[in-house]
Amino acid sequence: MHKEEYDAQPTSHRSHNKDKLDGESLLPAILARNLSFTYSGVDRRSISDVNFSIEKEEFVILTGPSGCGKTTLCRCLNGLIPNFYAGQLNGELRINGVDVKGKSTAELATHIGFVFQNPENQLFSLSVERDVAFGLENLGIPREEAIERIEWAMKVTGITELRNKAPYELSGGQQQRAAIAGVLAMRPEIIILDEPTSFLDPKTAEEILTVISRLNHELGLTTLLVEHRLDTVSAFADRIIVMDKGRIALDGPPDKIYDEPARLIGIGLPKVTTLFHLLRLDGVPVTTNPITVTQASEALRRVFED
Amino acid sequence: MISVENVSFHYPGSSEILHRITLKIGDGEFVAIMGENGAGKTTLVKLFNGLLKPDRGTVSVDNVNNKDRSVAELSKQVGLIFQNPDHQLFAETVAEELRFSLKNFGFQGPVVENRVTAILTSLDIEKYANSSPFMLSGGERKRVALASILVWDPKHVIMDEPTIGQDYLQKDRLRNFIVQLVSQNKTVVIVTHDVEFVAECKPRVVLMSKGKIIADGPAESILTDEAAVEEASLVLPQMSQLVESVRTFRAPHNIIDVYSARKFIGDALKERTRRTE
Repeated sequence: MHKEEYDAQPTSHRSHNKDKLDGESLLPAILARNLSFTYSGVDRRSISDVNFSIEKEEFVILTGPSGCGKTTLCRCLNGLIPNFYAGQLNGELRINGVDVKGKSTAELATHIGFVFQNPENQLFSLSVERDVAFGLENLGIPREEAIERIEWAMKVTGITELRNKAPYELSGGQQQRAAIAGVLAMRPEIIILDEPTSFLDPKTAEEILTVISRLNHELGLTTLLVEHRLDTVSAFADRIIVMDKGRIALDGPPDKIYDEPARLIGIGLPKVTTLFHLLRLDGVPVTTNPITVTQASEALRRVFED
Repeated sequence: MISVENVSFHYPGSSEILHRITLKIGDGEFVAIMGENGAGKTTLVKLFNGLLKPDRGTVSVDNVNNKDRSVAELSKQVGLIFQNPDHQLFAETVAEELRFSLKNFGFQGPVVENRVTAILTSLDIEKYANSSPFMLSGGERKRVALASILVWDPKHVIMDEPTIGQDYLQKDRLRNFIVQLVSQNKTVVIVTHDVEFVAECKPRVVLMSKGKIIADGPAESILTDEAAVEEASLVLPQMSQLVESVRTFRAPHNIIDVYSARKFIGDALKERTRRTE
């Protein structure tokens, strides 16, 4: 699947649908300024003065200790806050340059797709095809176009063969692909995935991450991946945003971020990064900060195989 | 002791999911059951506390056949913490959730409050005692579900995917907590996909694939068995991948965690320096 093919897909509805939110193409995909939120009945802010931007086509990992505000931030991005969760929302949030204030969750869903941790929470129809179609039907997309989009979404996620299966007949990885297809059919420019592989075995998790990475590279889909397990995902990301106590604590490329401050916040750095940190303390002459086994292996071979 | 002998099981209307499984887990053992999605791991542990009954074969806990005991009786011995905490939590506050568990098992008086406080503190959720479980983050809710089982002090503790949604520090805390349980001669069984967590804890690993046990032994030998790991849809631990990738290392095949890798590489460097001098 190439970008051209993606562009060749029907766009009439897309442009019609996006009129209200269309901004300059150079504007960031997501821009948050001093964003804060306090849930009703809770006396402290769940997120506090959050500032960040994500450029179009970027692949960003959002991480941080349990309870740091990641989920709350995601709920702001897809409109569940303030539409479904009551509380005090302050600051500014722009998607493609347009303020999301007053936008419905349904409207936002055509710009930002959301994939949950457990695909079982997202799938409920009697067949994969019906599930992929569900969101489109809710948006009232004309039948012809809906069919084209469904075919396309199943194709890019590799589940066309499974169209007539019931979700409960699928493996965990196939279910997660179906959930991603349902989101892609809405043709969002941005996709947010909340620990999409945590229920999957490691092989299947790798396969799903590869699908996500391919969608990012080939379709230019802006990707925000919420993850704790940095061992498996770091290689895919352009940037890591670390939250701590409701604020953005660190923001930058993985090899720069995976250092002492991140260790102190208590995020689980990749094992190879931790190993190299310890090796340096022991006086082993390794100077790089690897984030993958391949990088670590190259560095060690330079020391031991020359 | 949990003993599974020649057990087969199928859910109504579907094909057999466990095929003639035999497994013995002794008191004070720490076991990780691993394997691909759909391998039958969760089904197997649901047999331990009698939630499911085998089609064939026997499951017994402390030498009593499970078919001679009710799930309520068994639950007191075998605490099962579900994968999804929301299948387990319902009370209005975290403390109430735990009190409910205790009262259900006939605990009364000051012992109830003492136990609630002790377990909340040890899992770092005491500050949420009076909050609704549903206002907590996913990782925190998971710890409340764990607390609501541990509070009645079952002898055998089964945790289905306990590390999902837990950050690094919480995993570390969980690991210490498991060590503590095991030192009290409790059986701890975890069902998990988290290879790196298992590589750090080094429990006995039971590897399942397609309803069968395909390997059983110490983490160091099972997680480095490439064929078995491949069959069970796992990946080798990062440290094992790394030391295997450097040819001159001739590394022993049992390095799976950061600390043994650090020691091995440090020693290799000393050896190399000694030789070049």
